[in-house]
Amino acid sequence: MAHFIDRRLNPKDKNLGNRRRFLRRVRSAVKEAVDESVRRRKIADVDQQENISVPAEGIGEPHFQHDSKGGSRHRVLTGNKKFKAGDRLKKPPSGQGGPGGREGAPDGDGEDEFMFVLSRDEFLSLFFEDLELPDMVKLSLKEITISKPHRMGYTAAGTPANLSVSRTMRNAFGRRLAMRRPTNAEILALTQQVEELEALEKPDAARKAERQVLREKLDKLLRRRQVIPYIDPLDVRYKYFEMRPEPAANAVMFCLMDVSASMGEREKNLAKQFFVLLHLFLKQRYDKIELVFIRHTQIAAEVDEDTFFHSRQTGGTIVSSALTEMKKIIEARYPPSLWNIYAAQASDGENFSGDSQLCADLLANDLMKRCQYFAYTEIVDETEADLMNSEDNGMELWRSYRQIAEVWPNFAMKRISRAGDIYPVLHELFARKTSGASHG
Amino acid sequence: MADRAEPTAPLFDSAEWDFETIQRSYDAIERVALDDLELDVYPNQIEIISYQQMLDAYSSTGMPLMYRHWSFGKRFVHEEKAYSKGASGLAYEIVINSDPCISYCLEDNTMALQVLVIAHAAFGHNHFFKNNHLFRQWSDAQGILDYLDYARGFIAQCEEQHGEREVEHLLDAAHALMPSSVFRHRRPPHSSLADERTRQRERRIEEERAVHYLWDAFDHPTQSSKTDEEARKRKREMGLPEENLLYFVERHSPVLDSWQREILRIVRNIAQYFYPQRQTKVMNEGCACFVHYYITNDLHRTGLLTDGAMLEILHSHSNVLTQPDFDAPNAMGINPYALGFAMMQDIRRICTDPTDEDREWFPDIAGSRAWRDILKDAWANYRDESFIQQFLSPHVMRSFRMFSLTDDEGKPFYTVDAIHNERGYHQVRDTLARSFDVAEFDPDIQIVDVDLMGDRHLKLHHAVRNGVPLDEKACEATLRHLRQIWGFDAAFEE
Repeated sequence: MAHFIDRRLNPKDKNLGNRRRFLRRVRSAVKEAVDESVRRRKIADVDQQENISVPAEGIGEPHFQHDSKGGSRHRVLTGNKKFKAGDRLKKPPSGQGGPGGREGAPDGDGEDEFMFVLSRDEFLSLFFEDLELPDMVKLSLKEITISKPHRMGYTAAGTPANLSVSRTMRNAFGRRLAMRRPTNAEILALTQQVEELEALEKPDAARKAERQVLREKLDKLLRRRQVIPYIDPLDVRYKYFEMRPEPAANAVMFCLMDVSASMGEREKNLAKQFFVLLHLFLKQRYDKIELVFIRHTQIAAEVDEDTFFHSRQTGGTIVSSALTEMKKIIEARYPPSLWNIYAAQASDGENFSGDSQLCADLLANDLMKRCQYFAYTEIVDETEADLMNSEDNGMELWRSYRQIAEVWPNFAMKRISRAGDIYPVLHELFARKTSGASHG
Repeated sequence: MADRAEPTAPLFDSAEWDFETIQRSYDAIERVALDDLELDVYPNQIEIISYQQMLDAYSSTGMPLMYRHWSFGKRFVHEEKAYSKGASGLAYEIVINSDPCISYCLEDNTMALQVLVIAHAAFGHNHFFKNNHLFRQWSDAQGILDYLDYARGFIAQCEEQHGEREVEHLLDAAHALMPSSVFRHRRPPHSSLADERTRQRERRIEEERAVHYLWDAFDHPTQSSKTDEEARKRKREMGLPEENLLYFVERHSPVLDSWQREILRIVRNIAQYFYPQRQTKVMNEGCACFVHYYITNDLHRTGLLTDGAMLEILHSHSNVLTQPDFDAPNAMGINPYALGFAMMQDIRRICTDPTDEDREWFPDIAGSRAWRDILKDAWANYRDESFIQQFLSPHVMRSFRMFSLTDDEGKPFYTVDAIHNERGYHQVRDTLARSFDVAEFDPDIQIVDVDLMGDRHLKLHHAVRNGVPLDEKACEATLRHLRQIWGFDAAFEE
């Protein structure tokens, strides 16, 4: 006698607790790997699953075991081809296993690195860690866009709830016409005729023959009606729905960065974290996001992501060149009527003297009207950050941008010196989003 | 079997399975297993699980209930990655030595594979678990699930009371000593779930007698006149030398709380439960493979399995039972499935169709025709080492083309001691049998003395065999764990 139990619907995440304990154990190593992968990856791919490898120390499970070398060992191997008793085989140079001596280390012990996959959720949690995001925002960023069903024509299969009556009836009607299914009126008329003839008390031969013919015709029609149904399964149509992400809209994100020599690796990493965060936010709000990278020294150019973050250029700094370039690109490719335009600018705050007013003018007269949002971050040293703790003083560019920020509510600016400072720049944006969500 | 020749409708003819078909097939398998092979099995509980659940089961050493520890999480992420990359397939089944005998079958298996798996696990392994003397003597099939449930609850409770970190450190140490914490020679004290609960209650309120002895010794006034006689007496009282390290620490460690002792006990009990499985890999798998092979062939012969299903079964069967040559790229030593199956098939052959050689080597069983009884006797009364020593025939050695090799440290060459010929059979067989002896591949480590009057240093002894040393790095790391739970220094004797 046997019991059969279907366990498939039982919870399958029995091991989540163990997995969480394991991740906590390797936390610092994993965090490092995550940060490294944020540096390495393209902005748009940051929140994918990630292969993480952590050093095996700290997660080793030692026990007393024999050394793999030394002593006198005897073993039996299979597949002898030419050996005879007494043969001597030269040992391979040390560092390699002997013949058949490939003793793989069980449960991953002895490996230098331990590889595994982080889920999107785990990855983002670690990414958010030093960004100091409020929990609400973390949650809403991890959330994947909800899709809603949209009508997309008809199908022949579906659930009764989606039955399209009008389309089904139309198909049935067409088929009935094509197959010449006798109508009710035809049959009624014929029945009447037959009944009239039958009602006669003394029919002559001609009438009898006629009655016979009509009756046969009626039978044929009735049979035909039986064979050709009023509604055939073939006629049935269902409304077809396709899941579409909601809201479906396009956005373009401009990343502007000063790449002159004063921007070092630290600055670039902070800038990248800033861009990634904005991108994650947009990704969840918009169906399709395009990224435009504009780097500038004294001249600006649109480049690909790799060049943007990794190549170096020397030269002066004219910030307005980047804004002009952005304006050009918007005019050429992204009409504001079709695109939501977001811009994020990172710089160390230096600018060619006299150019800052030009930047302010460009923004005030043109770009701010077209942009949904413009975020500016000035990346400074931690020591500098303490000195310049007041929002009011700063260099020329900073002062010019302050004017803009006062007039335009969708312009955000902030000095950042560490990852934890990034979030406040985008604070307003997220605040709007979350309050919007709670109303909607 | 009167109805054998009659043509029968096959049990199923599509790859899809449903519970009704499985039940029907189970009944057919059961008829062959019980009536023809006369197996003696625990009641079966067959559970269909998804691949995620299979991965879950994998990582907690195959048990349906397990306490929480990061190392299971590590195994889980490792298996998950290997599986999702396609680097390794999943087992078709996992079977647990419990009463009732639980087998997990993967939902992705085709119907033919479910038949194979049920015959293999629910009858082959099940019979072996119920009848082999090691399992009967050392592991408690009735109690194991209750015990694991208790263990899981207890450890979760400890985590709540004392913090996850604290418990984790202790479990790390316990796991490190786990392989060296089984009773190899004497029977472990048997205890039921009720006993466990009482013991735990008692522990909480009672001072540990052994520790009491320690404290007592601490204040003792006449220490200087310690003689050999006293030391011997002391050792005797503490049960030294002791091979079960956790058992000793649990009883005598001066620094542990009672909940910590209880956790050590849980870990070593689980180690003990798995001990018979480690000694019977070849036999256990061989028995299961022999049983599924016999049963599926029988079902095929009577028309209950279609040719297609049988081919699929044979395909999986031969995949599992490959024995790569020593120089093949996928060489991994002796495949216990292949060796066990080959030996059991060979026993059957010797019984029914012996050659002169067999008559000379196995005069007791050659030509006796009662292969069912002989196999069942072997399954019940042997373990890998003795089974090979007793039953490995020249025929099998030849078909595997076995040869034995000696690797002496310091010599620049390996020596081929013996090959599969008249002069070599005995030596090959001895060497092979020894290589399946746990006493051979587990290091023999014992606690020999603890200097209670002085610094309480724990002294361990490693009985070196054939000059094979311990792995120094792993050894040092393990000693660190031992020191942590002992509370004082621990080292190997010079």
